[in-house]
Amino acid sequence: MSNTKIVSPKKDMIFMAILSVVVLTMPIWLQPFGAAYPDLMQKFMIFGIFAIGYNILFGLTGYLSFGHAAFLGVGSYTAVWSFKLLSMNVIPAMIFGTVLSGLFALAIGFVSLRRSGIYFSILTLAFAQMSYNLAYSVLTPITNGETGLQLEQADPRVLDRMSGIVDDGSLPTPNLFGIEGIGYSGFYICAALMLISFFIYLRIFRSPFGLKLRAIKSNQNRMGYTGFSTRPYLMTAFVISGMYAGLAGSLLAVTDPLAGAERMQWTASGEVVLITILGGVGTLIGPLLGAGIIKYFENIFSAFNDTVLLNAFSFLPDWLAHPVASVVGLFVGEGWHLTLGLVFMLIVIFLPGGIMEGITRLTRLVTKRDKAEPKSEAHETKEKEQTSAGEV
Amino acid sequence: MSEYILDVTDVDKNFGGLQALSDINLRVKEGTVHAIIGPNGAGKSTLLNVIVGRLAPSRGRVLLGDQVLTGKEPHEINQLGVARVFQTPEIFPELSLLQNVMVPAFAKREGIFKMNFLSSLFAEKEVREHAEHLLEDVGLLQHKDHLAGSMSRGDKRRLELAMCLGQQPKLFLLDEPTAGMSRHDTNRTIDLLKRIKERGMTKVIIEHDMHVVFSLADRISVLAQGAIICEGTPEEVRNDPRVKEAYLGGETV
Repeated sequence: MSNTKIVSPKKDMIFMAILSVVVLTMPIWLQPFGAAYPDLMQKFMIFGIFAIGYNILFGLTGYLSFGHAAFLGVGSYTAVWSFKLLSMNVIPAMIFGTVLSGLFALAIGFVSLRRSGIYFSILTLAFAQMSYNLAYSVLTPITNGETGLQLEQADPRVLDRMSGIVDDGSLPTPNLFGIEGIGYSGFYICAALMLISFFIYLRIFRSPFGLKLRAIKSNQNRMGYTGFSTRPYLMTAFVISGMYAGLAGSLLAVTDPLAGAERMQWTASGEVVLITILGGVGTLIGPLLGAGIIKYFENIFSAFNDTVLLNAFSFLPDWLAHPVASVVGLFVGEGWHLTLGLVFMLIVIFLPGGIMEGITRLTRLVTKRDKAEPKSEAHETKEKEQTSAGEV
Repeated sequence: MSEYILDVTDVDKNFGGLQALSDINLRVKEGTVHAIIGPNGAGKSTLLNVIVGRLAPSRGRVLLGDQVLTGKEPHEINQLGVARVFQTPEIFPELSLLQNVMVPAFAKREGIFKMNFLSSLFAEKEVREHAEHLLEDVGLLQHKDHLAGSMSRGDKRRLELAMCLGQQPKLFLLDEPTAGMSRHDTNRTIDLLKRIKERGMTKVIIEHDMHVVFSLADRISVLAQGAIICEGTPEEVRNDPRVKEAYLGGETV
């Protein structure tokens, strides 16, 4: 998977097939980890989409956007409006969410991409915070302010009414032609979308366009003297990644049809940066791993509370159990962000390439040891090992 | 079409109070090698920067054939057929050598912008073979999958040459292409540049190494303190007393 090799489409198809199997069998192999419930798996998929989209911008071009949560928010609001006005079907919600986020990204990108480096980051951050504050204040008629945008019994749902879906007195739920957007069916809807998104993302990575984006990251100066105008390339990458975020946002609204402004806050923008760096910036699959790991630990750690902790430390004498539990309590529950911060620091200091770098180092260690041992063996086996190491 | 491929007319460049270039007139015939020499700080690199559009001249204009270059962006000027190697190699350190050479080949084919994000790099067999051929030309083919950033300085220079040659520019600007190279590598580069000359590519070359200058150049301009003090064939320049005084300090070449 190294970036310096030109990978054949055949290998990519095999990779896609393996990934599909791994993703679609998640309800089975996540059982022992206690993570096989649909809510959490949907989050894995949604934040996976968000992170791979973000990686198209940050990983390929090196432009660190600190305002991608704005697109997530736009996607959510648009999806909920689509539920309210048009139909509870997820397809129009996703299409409008993605397209509107793309347009929004076009506007923000047009201004922000005039600068690079830290100035670009600050501009995107400013835009996202602006959107967040607008959602709370002047845009209240659209966003419903602090309460958040919710479904109501009396919503028009024009298309649903036209197609004769009857009101049964309870709030309708988002669905795909009758297949529920929550539960296991909801997970499979999200998984399918994630796989489609990943396929497009893979194609971008393997295209001449992707190569040019990486060239921009590597040396923007040379790019200009090579006859490319870098702005439209950066713009396209920015809009594509904004659309991915919009899709993720509208899927968040599918799992829970409520959109609030806090989804646009800078902490949400920071989270996707963190996910990408934790997994491995610019690597294909790193952002997916990062999203899975962060959402998994968020779920586990934030479930701990004082009673659980006291029970866990009940083997200690009482005078010791309380202080220990309160110290550990700082790192779990509400304080899980503290743990996250520590882990993040460790990763950045010791593994700047993220988890993917860790995996590469481990495989290299293992293959090296293998090579060192059978020194006296026949020439043929050695050659085979070398080729297999080359493929890694 | 004028008989000159490059036509620099009355160019001045001021940086605040400093006059870096004054009244520069330079005409380069198609298919020739024109060397620009001069002591440090004479304005050689500034002149190249004006030609490629990195700097806008304070006065005057630059033509490529019949097209005006003055006021255009560097990428537009490159698309018109001007390629440049830099004093410090400008390559893509995080890409492989092969990818480094493929990027300019795409620029040549696709123009300033093309949104082909769903096509496959693997299917671009023609571009890849072209790139491999170029790497072979500069003797780097065996390293094609290495990271460009890990190569030695001399190799980076040759890589940059290959990148520019892949675009088949009408005008090729070289800013000290052999600086920091060993004698062996310098000779190889001279051979390479001579071969390009046979293909009829016009070159403007800035060089300190007189061995390189006199083995390549058809004409030489001598720049001192922002002005061209002498222009002619290598023989004429070698014997010009003004050049000896300004640049060679009385030494014989």
